[in-house]
Amino acid sequence: MTQKTLRKGNEALAEGAIRAGVRFFAGYPITPQNEVPEYMSAHIADAGGAFVQAESELAAINMVYGAAATGTRAMTSSSSPGISLKQEGITYCASADLPCLIVNVMRGGPGLGSIAGAQGDYFQATRGGGNGDYHIFVLAPNSVEELGNFPKLAFDLAEKYRMPAMILADGILGQMMESMSFNFDPVDPNKLGKFDWAVDIHKNGRAKNNVFSYKGDNLIADVVERAKRYGLIEQTEQRFEERNCEDADVILVAYGLSSRACLEAVNHAREQGLKVGLFRPITLWPFPQKRLAELAKTAKAILVVEQSLGQLVQDVKLAVGDKCPVGLNAYPAGGQPDGAQILAAVKSLLTGQKEGLFTLQDHAAGFTYHCTRDLKLGVQGDRKGETK
Amino acid sequence: MYQGIRIAGFGGQGVISAGILLAQAGVENKLNASWLPSYGPEMRGGTANCSVVVSDGEVYTPIVSRPDTVIVMNEPSLPKFEPMLKKGGLLILNSSLVNSRPARTDIKTVCVPCNQIAEKLGMDRIANLVALGAFIKCTGAVSLAAVADAMKKVYKRAKPEMLELNQKALQAGFDAVK
Repeated sequence: MTQKTLRKGNEALAEGAIRAGVRFFAGYPITPQNEVPEYMSAHIADAGGAFVQAESELAAINMVYGAAATGTRAMTSSSSPGISLKQEGITYCASADLPCLIVNVMRGGPGLGSIAGAQGDYFQATRGGGNGDYHIFVLAPNSVEELGNFPKLAFDLAEKYRMPAMILADGILGQMMESMSFNFDPVDPNKLGKFDWAVDIHKNGRAKNNVFSYKGDNLIADVVERAKRYGLIEQTEQRFEERNCEDADVILVAYGLSSRACLEAVNHAREQGLKVGLFRPITLWPFPQKRLAELAKTAKAILVVEQSLGQLVQDVKLAVGDKCPVGLNAYPAGGQPDGAQILAAVKSLLTGQKEGLFTLQDHAAGFTYHCTRDLKLGVQGDRKGETK
Repeated sequence: MYQGIRIAGFGGQGVISAGILLAQAGVENKLNASWLPSYGPEMRGGTANCSVVVSDGEVYTPIVSRPDTVIVMNEPSLPKFEPMLKKGGLLILNSSLVNSRPARTDIKTVCVPCNQIAEKLGMDRIANLVALGAFIKCTGAVSLAAVADAMKKVYKRAKPEMLELNQKALQAGFDAVK
């Protein structure tokens, strides 16, 4: 076994990206992902790559567009509000069919939000985020080890299908230190095959390559061709992790950091004789709906735990349909899930109670969101401290 | 074994650094370990704290919201972290700087005059290592040797005499707990 070393999430990600053959990085500072550009600025040049601190997020993503067009493994990273700014560039990368990597170390939102770790960008990441009909790969690590190893996976997938990929982490994963090891040998970009579409020095009579994001009259054919690729990806690239799901009465569904709090709930539930399992999507797009739909046939109920307000739960509901009831345990805008609270929600789900099937802690200024078993989100607007 | 620890004190007391050292020591002992700083406005001048988990199994969330152990290095950290402690949890109190005592009776409290011990060794700044030594004596979560190995990795640029002094502080903290 490889000796594990203690690394900070953001640094493991940056080191993992260099090992994955990334030779171009452009970014603009924002908490809580600053260690990524910091690490890149210190180390990517040693690997023969280039680091650019861009003048804005928009400039950074468009530099990535340019670098990716040459066939270079290129990436940018930011956090939620910065990722919003990059959306124009991301949709252009998608329309030009360019493989590249965008890292979102999520923080609280909307707007400027807070620097606390959050998962509020799920819709933005999985639905495309920018304008038009397109998708990007979305990988959701839940440990420093996966942060370090996912850049390689992201580029392998992105290049295979010629599309952008995103690693969707959060502030806690980025800031924490954990023992980890890399599970792949460093990639030498010079030994990667050349793409026949890439823009480079054309010689020996070979025709010029051009990379366009605007393809004129062929737009419909283009979008349809891409949709076929997306269909293939949805069939073949669904990734997930399953824990104790086979005999589970209640299956927790969570990704990223929340899945770790769920694991605590699963283990404590099992100690108490409750059959609880965890289903963790690793690809958020394509969403691992096939396996989840199978599991839903035997489970009594599913409880979605997310650090956002009812986003992941929609994909779960689409996958599960009417096979079993789906509940929501939500910690939006920087709220942090806790094993004990999740377990309490599981218990009320099992006993058919509505109480506890939500968790909005103290963050919602006295509002209580009840998520009933058929997921009708009702809001009880009982604002504390207000005279009626 | 699953130990969730919170270390809290003034910025500059070495609470963040002691946390990294503890996590690294866990790795040296072939345990799984995580470390998470409190980041945000707290870091600018006021109190600082970090969460550490060492476990022979998986580490769940790195945010330790119900710690098994709290190390309190200064007065303001006591009211903040005492309520978080698990029932039956361990409170290590730097009695050099903390005059108050915990109100709870369902926890175990160990008072160690960390700064006084550190001063005797000739350097006030190593009080954090005295506290860490006391923690190791109380919990056995990691070994003293593992912390010694960890120091070489975490304090890469430290002079040998400084490492030796750190080692003494660790041992003194360990010995201070009867």
